[in-house]
Amino acid sequence: MDIKVNVREAPGDCYVVDLSGEIDVYTSPKVKDAIGELIDRGVYYLVINLEKVRYIDSTGLGVLIGGLKRVREHGGSVNLVCTNPQIKKIFDITGLVKIFGIFDSEDVAMKALV
Amino acid sequence: MNQAVQHALPELVELRIPSRAEWVALARLAAATVANRLHFSIEEIEDVKLAVAEACTAIIQHEGHGEFIQLTCEALSDSLRVRVHDSGRHGMRVADGQRMSFNEARIAGLGVFLIRTLMDEVSYDVHPQFGTDLLMVKRLTGSNSSGS
Repeated sequence: MDIKVNVREAPGDCYVVDLSGEIDVYTSPKVKDAIGELIDRGVYYLVINLEKVRYIDSTGLGVLIGGLKRVREHGGSVNLVCTNPQIKKIFDITGLVKIFGIFDSEDVAMKALV
Repeated sequence: MNQAVQHALPELVELRIPSRAEWVALARLAAATVANRLHFSIEEIEDVKLAVAEACTAIIQHEGHGEFIQLTCEALSDSLRVRVHDSGRHGMRVADGQRMSFNEARIAGLGVFLIRTLMDEVSYDVHPQFGTDLLMVKRLTGSNSSGS
């Protein structure tokens, strides 16, 4: 069990964070570090791609919420790409669909950032 | 043919893991395997996985937890009963047998909310000398309980 994190620059001062694997209490610090490093560098517009994430728990949600909170302090935003119905369900039942922009494709998520 | 029901129920599966983050995946996979044997739907199996993981995570993130987490999965004819036991004797300032909300006792926020939402029954027992048990039940619905 592991999480793979890939960060890439996208047009318009935006970065995409690709996550692949399982986000839980063991792996979420790696995700937190990756997002935190971007924000520390002044990147406040992020798309976090969860298309290859098979599992997420409350610690993973906490990392995403923490990232969103930090970028919003600088007027930024975080959009998510998620097509996995089980993961969408977690965002739905926790009410996080109301605070994150959740999209089916990366293109749409990036366009919706601004 | 349903192999699971050829054995007399209940069947018991027990697992003891160190109270460390790297072992939570094993606990949730074990619970998922038992749920699969009972022919829960994929979505229900994922619910069980997440609830078990949240329970283990709550224990690990709480200071004063025990050295091990004991997971007990009991496969019944109509449900899956899961017990997550933490031997730590922390934070239990209430009198013997007195109940308090699991939220107060152990976890806050999303984790406990998810457990309560995803499982059909959630309760806990506090043993001042022996630790805390979180008990969770996931019932088989009509569609999967009759298909056995």
